[in-house]
Amino acid sequence: MNVLLDNLDLYGRAFLGTIELFLIAAVGSLVLGAVVAGMRVSPVPILRAFGTIYVNLIRNTPLTLILFFFAFAYPRLEIVDLSFFTRACIGLILYTAAFVCEVIRSGINTVPVGQAEASRALGFGFGQTLTTIVMPQAVRAVVPPLTNVQIALLKNTTIASGFSVFQAGGIYQELSENGYNVLVGLLWIALGFLILVVPLTLLQRNLDRRWSVAK
Amino acid sequence: MTSVLYDVPGPRARVRNGIIGVVGTLVVLGILAFVVYRLAATGQFDPRLWEWIQFKAIQVLLVEALLNTLSAFAAAAVLSLAFGALFAAGRLSEHAWLRGPSTAIVEFFRAVPLLILIFILYFGVSQTLGLNLSTYWSLVLGLMLYNGSVLAEIFRAGVRALPRGQSEAAYALGLRKTQVMTNVLLPQSLRAMLPTIVSQLVVVLKDTALGFIILYPELLYQARFLGSQGQLGAPILQVAMVIAVIYIILCLILSGVAYLLERRSRRSPRGGDIDPGEKARAEGEVAAAQAQGGGGAIGGA
Repeated sequence: MNVLLDNLDLYGRAFLGTIELFLIAAVGSLVLGAVVAGMRVSPVPILRAFGTIYVNLIRNTPLTLILFFFAFAYPRLEIVDLSFFTRACIGLILYTAAFVCEVIRSGINTVPVGQAEASRALGFGFGQTLTTIVMPQAVRAVVPPLTNVQIALLKNTTIASGFSVFQAGGIYQELSENGYNVLVGLLWIALGFLILVVPLTLLQRNLDRRWSVAK
Repeated sequence: MTSVLYDVPGPRARVRNGIIGVVGTLVVLGILAFVVYRLAATGQFDPRLWEWIQFKAIQVLLVEALLNTLSAFAAAAVLSLAFGALFAAGRLSEHAWLRGPSTAIVEFFRAVPLLILIFILYFGVSQTLGLNLSTYWSLVLGLMLYNGSVLAEIFRAGVRALPRGQSEAAYALGLRKTQVMTNVLLPQSLRAMLPTIVSQLVVVLKDTALGFIILYPELLYQARFLGSQGQLGAPILQVAMVIAVIYIILCLILSGVAYLLERRSRRSPRGGDIDPGEKARAEGEVAAAQAQGGGGAIGGA
């Protein structure tokens, strides 16, 4: 208990770092993921190909390698000098977007073609078909797995601690420098993540149960 | 062919799609060209920075690193399959005293970030309990706990996806509980779940890269080491590229196996009686885990 109480400030700052990284990367990955998903379902073959290549490359690359690249190799390109934090955000966004894209794409694919054909037959335009016919149905299939992807992102933020971004994964270093029991300190971090992850997991299961019945 | 979002293009739509295609290609090529330009402008294509590939010692070093990665992967894969089978059996058990703890353990290890697990094993357990876990075992055991828990969920979902008639018929024939599981339920559910299981193994392979953070001498660790060698010109970008290609090829091979297995099981008529809802839940489980470690089956068109 002492380990936590003595370092409450440290834990507070670290978990704020985690949450900040998570929120930025979550929003960023949703935007980029939606763009790539748009490419992958578009009627333009070359854009579909680009989207597919991106998703397959990123999904088969370890996140650690992507962060490694941004931490050590990016500065060599001398483009813009970005902080470690920003670079970690970019790495997490690029990585998570591939998974967001796949979730959105498969969500759109769960809507039967007949639905859209019927709406076109009724004279609905593209925008109307998308917003009133396809999206309401796709959302049911998209949101539960999307929550899963974001939970994974929350856990993935710890990897940034291996590359000098201060957040929850990095507490142990300061604790061990100050002579605290590292095992207890790490177990508190695990508990902190349980507190963050469990509500999201419950939300995801709840959505999954309620919406999969209605499908 | 029509898709959900787009009708068959008419003449105007075809022209518009053509324009979007050209513009999109230009944007993507522009980004790539910018990266290549920066690479060239900062002298990253300088032959001196690529010379290291020719050195025998470095080739040996990289092959050893690759073997370290693969041996951690193999041990973690086998152990997590065993862990998963054990805890899936626990969660499917009829005895509450087995079910409760198994569920708690599986849920706990799935909720805690893998890196924190590895830290707990490497820094926590080693220092506090006096058990001296090497980096190798910290990595392998961490991977086992996390991926084993995910696999336990996959196995459980696979068994639950089978129609109830299967086990009812087996019990009616007088088979015992173990026989029902091993002779009737497992062969069918493993068959249906095989692609999902292989996709999870891709996650294991990718997550071995976390060993870099606790300084297990795998591919990334050696990349960092080589990249900081001044007499080679500190070619970290070049080494990172080569390592990335190695990782991507390894993962694509495994993903390809998962894809082939899935295509085969989709063709075979026997997969027909699997409850799609439960199966989808198991796949969702993996999809979540993949986002963590990443990887997974190659997405079809």
